[in-house]
Amino acid sequence: MAKNKQSSNELFSVRTVVAIGIGTAIIFILKRWVSIPTGFPNTNIDTSYGFLGFMSVLFGPVAGFIMGFLGHALNDFTQYGTPWWTWVFTTGLVGGVIGLFWKRLDVSKGDFGKKKLIGYNVVSGLTNLIAWAAIAPTLDVLVYSEPANKVYIQGLISAVSNIISGAVIGSILLAAYAASRTRSGSLKKED
Amino acid sequence: MSNLFGFDGGDTWLHHLSGATKMLAFVGISIIAMASYDLRFTAAIMVMSLILFYQAKIKWSQVSLVVKIITAFSLLNLITVYLFSPEYGVQLYGTRHLLFGSGYLTVTSEQLFYELNLLSKYIVTVPLALIFLITTNPSEFAASLNKIHLSYKVSYSVALALRYIPDIQNVYHQISLSQQARGYELSKKAKFSQRLKGSAQILMPLIFSSLDRIDTVSQAMELRRFGRKKHRTWYMDHPFAWQDWLTLAGTAAIILIGAWLFKVNGGRFYNPFR
Repeated sequence: MAKNKQSSNELFSVRTVVAIGIGTAIIFILKRWVSIPTGFPNTNIDTSYGFLGFMSVLFGPVAGFIMGFLGHALNDFTQYGTPWWTWVFTTGLVGGVIGLFWKRLDVSKGDFGKKKLIGYNVVSGLTNLIAWAAIAPTLDVLVYSEPANKVYIQGLISAVSNIISGAVIGSILLAAYAASRTRSGSLKKED
Repeated sequence: MSNLFGFDGGDTWLHHLSGATKMLAFVGISIIAMASYDLRFTAAIMVMSLILFYQAKIKWSQVSLVVKIITAFSLLNLITVYLFSPEYGVQLYGTRHLLFGSGYLTVTSEQLFYELNLLSKYIVTVPLALIFLITTNPSEFAASLNKIHLSYKVSYSVALALRYIPDIQNVYHQISLSQQARGYELSKKAKFSQRLKGSAQILMPLIFSSLDRIDTVSQAMELRRFGRKKHRTWYMDHPFAWQDWLTLAGTAAIILIGAWLFKVNGGRFYNPFR
């Protein structure tokens, strides 16, 4: 067990390899089947961003980046025939940046108190905001030469929806996961 | 539905190419097509990929759904671009040839040419993507990724992802059906809050059963000493053939032509109006 714990804290252990594989598969399925329409036309809440935040906290930056990148690329590739590279890259970036805080937000010991809840939501909210309202549309203008007002409005809409997905679904998953873990020091010696 | 990637064994030269060759060719061509705004160049790539598509002997029924989705998506995007910036083409090309319309919604030849360029970018690599999906064996693909010096751990992650997508899709459908049997309404008839709750009822079991799966699979791999050595061998591995090198050389030539056109056009845009 001690061995297992050590390996799960490495940046790229066997567990990370498997987590990337299965995480990518889940992101792909979520993007394809589980998006919640908000009532506005063509604006769905993409549940995969909440899941990506959750997985990045669990498995770290390398896993977060590769999972986001591959999941988004595979989905675009099978659905549209062309990965929209700028947004694919940005999804990877979101996973990677949230993953950078995995040591600080560690929930594997079962504690996900107010401090970590707020910490996660600040990290996830800021990352998604900067990524979708600034980085993705700017790359679109530079790389694809699309009209700026169109891509920035698109970016802003996805920023809002991805922040909601990251906050609501990410927090629920983290809380449920933490609750399923045994707290360290939870056993008491009987007098 | 389980056969999402639609790999269909066949016996054309495209089926025999290594998966990594096809991926490198696809990524290379899609990046140069993404950067170039020269319609002559993208049209030439389009013609070439349609010829390849014909050579791969893919049936229309295998791809009709995907093609319809892509057409709808491209049209929607083109209309959005127009509605947001009807004069964007004028701004890009620096001349203005008004065809008709007045006020905000004008139609200029520059805008039409710009949108034609956009359309060609949306669809130019689609035949290549379809060829890739239908002629590439996922296991062979992972093996060949390692051959082009991608870390074998990452190659193995890709293999696992491709391997588990159908499984997780099945689990998803099972959970979804059983939650519906328990009375959670998930269809379009339900209200937003109900659907949100309903999705959570599916997500929880799906994700937590998958976390268990991650533990099981990684323990099994650790027991078999995965990751102990610097290299590994692959069952589906086979050496590059001359066709692979030829394809890669062709791709390099296309990229060079694309780069040369940047120089000829003095930038990424080919401007027929000047």
